[in-house]
Amino acid sequence: GGMAAVLLLLLLAAAGPGPGRADAGRERRDALREELLLSPLPTGDVAATFQFRTRWDADLQRGAVSHYRLFPKALGRLVAALGVRELHLALTQGFWRTRYWGQPPLQAPAGAELWVWFQPTVTDVDKAWKELSNILSGIFCASLNFIDSTNTVIPTASFKPLGLANGTDHHLLRYAVLPREVVCTENLTPWKKLLPCGSKAGLAVLLKAERLFHSSYHSQAVHIRPICRDASCLAMSWELRQTLTVVFDFFSSGQGKKDWSLFKMFSRTLTDTCPLASQSKVYVDISPKNKEKELLEVSPPPTSVHEAIVQGDRRTYAVYDLLSPSLFNTSRSLNVQLKWKRPQDSSEMPIPTLHAQRYVGGYGLQMGEICTLIYNTHPYRAFPVILLETVPWYLRLYVHTLTIITKGKENKPSYIHYQPAQDRSRPHLLEMLIQLPANSITKITIQFERALLKWTEYPPDPNHGFYVGSSVLSALVPSVTAMKDMDVEQSPLFTSLFPSSDGSSYFVRLYTEPLLVNLPTPDFSMPYNVICLTCTVVAVCYGSFYNLLTRTFHVEEPSRGGLAKRLANVIRKFRGVPPL
Amino acid sequence: VCTSRFWFNYRHVANTLSVYRSVKRLGIPDSHIVLMLADDMACNPRNPKPATVFSHKNMELNVYGDDVEVDYRSYEVTVENFLRVLTGRIPPSTPRSKRLLSDDRSNILIYMTGHGGNGFLKFQDSEEITNVELADAFEQMWQKRRYNELLFIIDTCQGASMYERFYSPNIMALASSQVGEDSLSHQPDLGIGVHLMDRYTFYVLEFLEEIHPASQTNMNDLFQVCPKSLCVSTPGHRTDLFQRDPQNVLITDFFGSVRKVEITAETLSLDRDVPGLDSKFPEEELATEPLKYAEQLPVAQIIHQKPKQKDWHPPGGFILGLWALIIMVFFKTYGIKHMKHVF
Repeated sequence: GGMAAVLLLLLLAAAGPGPGRADAGRERRDALREELLLSPLPTGDVAATFQFRTRWDADLQRGAVSHYRLFPKALGRLVAALGVRELHLALTQGFWRTRYWGQPPLQAPAGAELWVWFQPTVTDVDKAWKELSNILSGIFCASLNFIDSTNTVIPTASFKPLGLANGTDHHLLRYAVLPREVVCTENLTPWKKLLPCGSKAGLAVLLKAERLFHSSYHSQAVHIRPICRDASCLAMSWELRQTLTVVFDFFSSGQGKKDWSLFKMFSRTLTDTCPLASQSKVYVDISPKNKEKELLEVSPPPTSVHEAIVQGDRRTYAVYDLLSPSLFNTSRSLNVQLKWKRPQDSSEMPIPTLHAQRYVGGYGLQMGEICTLIYNTHPYRAFPVILLETVPWYLRLYVHTLTIITKGKENKPSYIHYQPAQDRSRPHLLEMLIQLPANSITKITIQFERALLKWTEYPPDPNHGFYVGSSVLSALVPSVTAMKDMDVEQSPLFTSLFPSSDGSSYFVRLYTEPLLVNLPTPDFSMPYNVICLTCTVVAVCYGSFYNLLTRTFHVEEPSRGGLAKRLANVIRKFRGVPPL
Repeated sequence: VCTSRFWFNYRHVANTLSVYRSVKRLGIPDSHIVLMLADDMACNPRNPKPATVFSHKNMELNVYGDDVEVDYRSYEVTVENFLRVLTGRIPPSTPRSKRLLSDDRSNILIYMTGHGGNGFLKFQDSEEITNVELADAFEQMWQKRRYNELLFIIDTCQGASMYERFYSPNIMALASSQVGEDSLSHQPDLGIGVHLMDRYTFYVLEFLEEIHPASQTNMNDLFQVCPKSLCVSTPGHRTDLFQRDPQNVLITDFFGSVRKVEITAETLSLDRDVPGLDSKFPEEELATEPLKYAEQLPVAQIIHQKPKQKDWHPPGGFILGLWALIIMVFFKTYGIKHMKHVF
């Protein structure tokens, strides 16, 4: 009887749930993919783009989710509590020079940019927006709490959702830019802490602040959006994508030599992979220019070569798969080196199809003009572009002076949305859909007048100037090579942020330069001067008047004098001389 | 707290960061530190070595490091925000890292540096905090029982004037110079081009580098730091409001923090499969038709967008009718014959 009971117990124990099955169920829930893209730029600089994508097959909105594994809890709770559908936050230092460097994989304006789509269930979007910016300012150590109604706008045509969307009521969208925001190590540290492996393993070991900020362009971003779980797209998952783009300067970091290596850029090499990552790859852009043999040589030899159509152009990438066992066979560390086979001719620099610049014209401290130039260098295709401009209220725009000129003739936009500013509560918003003819330059000018602020509204350093945030250009640029509809899961991460429906054109979002405008500043010592002067005048006038009215004169008896004087007077009386 | 803006005040940021670094090294975590820096020196365009702030010349020690969390940056460092942090009267949506979450068992160390004068400390070149305001803020903290003991260190010119007006109990104060004296800076670095540290804080940092979390050094040693021969100014201190004898107060009471750790020898076995975990996810209903992404640039939809609802304006006819009424009343009062002249 006892033996049978023991046997039964053993059988039950063996038949109980094994450890493997439940783990497999849990593993399907979230996944981390990381990749690094190194692309040499035409000017000799090199751009490195890190993308870390954490995908989680759970619904944050419904049901209380309490077990967070790879998805960071801080952001998960934020999304659930405030009813956020999509969140995009970018902190950038520097400017991406599209004219010389080509189309960016993902550009962000200088400073801090935050745009959020809320769920339709949120009743008070402005209150949720304010709370969101305060919470994010605590998480990322940035002054995002300065985002309020004076720099928030509601775009109507730009910034459509990048994730799954069921209808796009633009009243659920908020967009704000803080061009004065500084990005430094204290913003990078919490960003790195959101990664599942932190900065201890995988590609994130390369992220050292001293090298990353010694660059021409540094942009780190966080994107949260819902995506299709699989090809059939019947269920959704949440995707957290953290991107970091840095452009190393050929002259300051490269010391004048165009040969790059991971060690030269980041002062360290890759040693192992993050155990939580299901995919970890390094892509190096070795596309030949002008259809010749490659100009670039990479060492050590890559694990594979991948061809993809990125931004409408066929590109070749050397891929290093960090998870493949053959990579770390010969040496413990991976130091990818790029060498140019022949010297690059500077006249061969390709010009991107769409690029823009913006500047302030005019002189003096009263009036000015904002000029935007948009270049379409495609030889025969025209395409539309949406221009979104947010101008602070203290630069009063005169919309009747808005002119759009292409090739000498006026170009009327197909759609204009203008929302004038209200002093101290709302900025100007100008959104236009402009058709750009082939091979043309479009010049958009608008005049403004500078306002005089109240003296307490000036920042502590008013002579630095006031920033006007970058304007945003969203366009569907025609591709050189048609793109096939690829499976989103298999394509590299850097091709999959912007969902593309049509292979003949690709979506790009460019930002122009931020502007620095001087406002007339008063002399801040004037209140002190005025107080001194007024008090002196009042004291002198009132004092004199008071004296005049109330002073009375009376004769004073001369004093009898001291002992010595009396003795002297006595002696003088004896002598017959008048007394003292 | 560093209260100075502009590149030539690099030394104030370096002062603050070196005290921050010492305090972190001795065990106080970032969640218990509120760091306010009025300007950004590390990523300043004038910094030849970005993401670094040095405190010793020849760039020996980078006090900025890789793990810094600045709670109040740039324009956020104002007198109002500083007093709000001290007294706890902050708007409800302020994140936790920006609050001083202290209670009546907390020891608080406050270190301030910047430019100051007799009775005031300048914030960002545009406003000041006076010693009276500071004393009142400390009294508010005492009334609300927001501290157990408070150590106040200030490194500015005429710093002793800032602690003259304190009247709340359990406050000990140190200053780098007496009233009428200037605090001087230590040494310039020719590569960076500015003075890197102030003398008083430089010697305090050297003193703190020798402290470890278990050391028994007391406050009297801190009072001896930087005599007049090294500092050129006379550091001062005030202990009359403090109840304990400074001889018995350890440096680590304010600068360090020790966590109590209990070591146990028994083993705990954790269940590898928690049975209810996976089942907690509610069964999701799959959509009947595939979800789709939004079109990024729907040109046709944008052009034919319904115009946004304008604010209600009275119809134009109303204005016309109003004017017509006014004219009719005018002519009725003054006689109809005037109308003939108009027409």
